[in-house]
Amino acid sequence: MNTTYELPLDEAGYAFGFMDEYAKKEVRRTILKAICIPGYQTPYASREMPMGRGFGTGGLQLTLSLIGSDDTLKVIDQGADDSVNAVNLRQFVQMTCPGVDVTEKTEEATLIQSRHRIPEKPLTEAQILVLQVPYPDALVVVEASEARRKTMHGEADYSRLLVKLYEDLVKFDEITISHRYPTRVHGHYIIDPSPIPRWDVPKLHQSKALILLGAGREKKIYAVPPYTIAEPLAFEDVVFRVEDFRDASGNRRTCSRCGASNSFLDEFSDEADGEADGKIYQCSDSAYCDEQLARQASAYQKPKTEEAA
Amino acid sequence: MSRKILEVNSLTKIHGTGCPLCLASTGPEADTNICPYCGSVVAAHGVSFDLYQGEILGIIGESGSGKSTVVKTLYFDDAPSAGEAVFFDEDAQYDLYSLNAAQQRSLRNKRFGMVYQNPHLGLNFNVSAGGNIAERLLMSDVANYGAIRERARNLLVRTEVLENRMDENPKKFSGGMQQRVQIAKALATRPPLLYLDEVTTGLDLSVQAAILDLILEIQHELGTAMIVVTHDLGVVRLLAGRTLVMKYGRVIETGLTDQILEDPQHAYTQRLVASAL
Repeated sequence: MNTTYELPLDEAGYAFGFMDEYAKKEVRRTILKAICIPGYQTPYASREMPMGRGFGTGGLQLTLSLIGSDDTLKVIDQGADDSVNAVNLRQFVQMTCPGVDVTEKTEEATLIQSRHRIPEKPLTEAQILVLQVPYPDALVVVEASEARRKTMHGEADYSRLLVKLYEDLVKFDEITISHRYPTRVHGHYIIDPSPIPRWDVPKLHQSKALILLGAGREKKIYAVPPYTIAEPLAFEDVVFRVEDFRDASGNRRTCSRCGASNSFLDEFSDEADGEADGKIYQCSDSAYCDEQLARQASAYQKPKTEEAA
Repeated sequence: MSRKILEVNSLTKIHGTGCPLCLASTGPEADTNICPYCGSVVAAHGVSFDLYQGEILGIIGESGSGKSTVVKTLYFDDAPSAGEAVFFDEDAQYDLYSLNAAQQRSLRNKRFGMVYQNPHLGLNFNVSAGGNIAERLLMSDVANYGAIRERARNLLVRTEVLENRMDENPKKFSGGMQQRVQIAKALATRPPLLYLDEVTTGLDLSVQAAILDLILEIQHELGTAMIVVTHDLGVVRLLAGRTLVMKYGRVIETGLTDQILEDPQHAYTQRLVASAL
C-alpha cells in the first residue's frame, strides 16, 4: 500500500467514481494500450461492480475511469436515454461522481456510454464513445479455444469468418449478420463492434470521436481510435450494406413520431393505428427523434410569430 | 532434369523427454522404437530424401513405423525434434523449420496440400463441400465470391463430385466422396507439393481404384509432386516411382518402387513383399 498518497474518499468510503484510484489507473493504462494497438483485445482485471456482469460493467468501468467532475455524460440503452439500463447507469454515475453533469443531447455530452447503438448525430473530436460489449471476440463463432483464437488474431487469420459469410451467401443469397458485424480495424485485427446494428458500422470508419469498447465479464478492452480505418468484412464482389428500411412497395419507411427518413428505425406492433400489418416504426435514437420534433415545432411556430408581427 | 521441390535431411521426431541413449537403443536392430531407458518413443530418426517436381514418392511400412510422422512434420502438423527440410518454391527456397508460425501457415495454406486418411481431419463438417474449398482459397487471399464459387465448382467437377451437391454438407457424403472433396480442397490453391496420408485405406476396392486414377491424372495434368504414405503395396506399385521402406522410425530401404517390390534387399522388406496377397 502506498503510504505517501492518500486516496480521495467520500463519506461512505468510496473514491470519486466508485472505483479506487489504483483500479482506475489500471483501466486507464489498458485504454492507452488498446488505443496503441487498434482493435486488439487488451486484457484487464475487470473489477466487481455493484451490478451483475453482463449488465454493462465493462462500459461502466471505462466510464468511471475516464470521467471527471467537468464532464457531461450521456447514457444510452438501445438508442434510448430513458430505458432501464441507461437510467440505472446514469443514476449510479450521478451518485458516485459528484459534480458530473448528465444530458440526453448527443452534442452536449463529452462522454457517451452506450449499449448497442451509436448516436445518429455525428460525434466530434471532443467526445468519447464507450460501448458495452457482451462478446468481445468476433472469432468465437468459428473457434472455441481462446488460445487458438489469440494465434488467429495474431496472424490475422480470418479466413474462417469469411467462410461463414460464404455459407450465408450460398444459403440465403445475402449476408445475414444483423448485428455484431465483424469489422477489421486499421487493416489487421477484426473486432466484434458490440451488438450495434449494421447501420452503425460505417460510423466506426474514420470516426472523429475515440470509440472504446469494454467487456466486463470477458475482461477485455479494445478501441477504435479517431480517424482509423474500420472496414466491415465482405467480399470484393459482395459489398457490405446497411439496413434499407424499405416497405413492400420500395418506399423508405419513416419514423411515425418525427417523420425522419434517415435514421435507424425500431419496429413496434400496434394493432390500433399501425400499418396494414400492424407494425409501426420509430427512431431508435430517442435524442435524435426529440431533436427532429423540436425543430419541427420551432419551424411551425416561427411563421406564426411572423404573422402576428 | 526436373527441378528439386523438397530436400529432407535427417528428420527426427521423438515423443517424450528423450535421453542420450534413445537413438542407439531403438530402431530395427533393437526391434523397438521405445527407448528402454527413458520410455520416449522415437517416431522417426534420420529420415532423408529428395523430391523432384512431378514425382511421386511412396513411404511404406507397418503401423507405427513413423511414415505418417514424416508427412505430419513436413506439413507442420507436428514439430520435428531435429533435422531440416528445404522447400524449393518457384523463385525462393524455404528452410521449413526456421520459419515463424505465420510463414509456416502461409506455406501450408498456399503451397502444400494434405489429404488425410480420415476426412474428419481434413474437412470442416460444419460447412458445405464448397465452403471447405472456399476456406482454403480465402486463406490464400482470394476475396472474390464469384471467383471462389467458380473455382470450387471446377475443382469438384474435376474430382468427380456432382456439381449440384456442392452446397451440401460433406457429412452426408459417402467415404469415397468425402475423400474426393478432400482432394479438391487440397488442390484448391494449385500447390506444387501434395501429401497423401493413407488416402485409400478403408474404401472399397472400386472406389480405391477411382481415387488412385484421379491422383494419377492430377499428377499428369498439374505436375504436382506427391508424397504417398500407405501400407498398401498395391498403391505404391501403381503410384510411386521411388519408395522408402520404414520400420521402427528408420528408413531401412530406399530405391525405385519396381526394384524394391521385385528384388527387396532388407529382410523386413522381403517379408513385407512376400506377405502381400
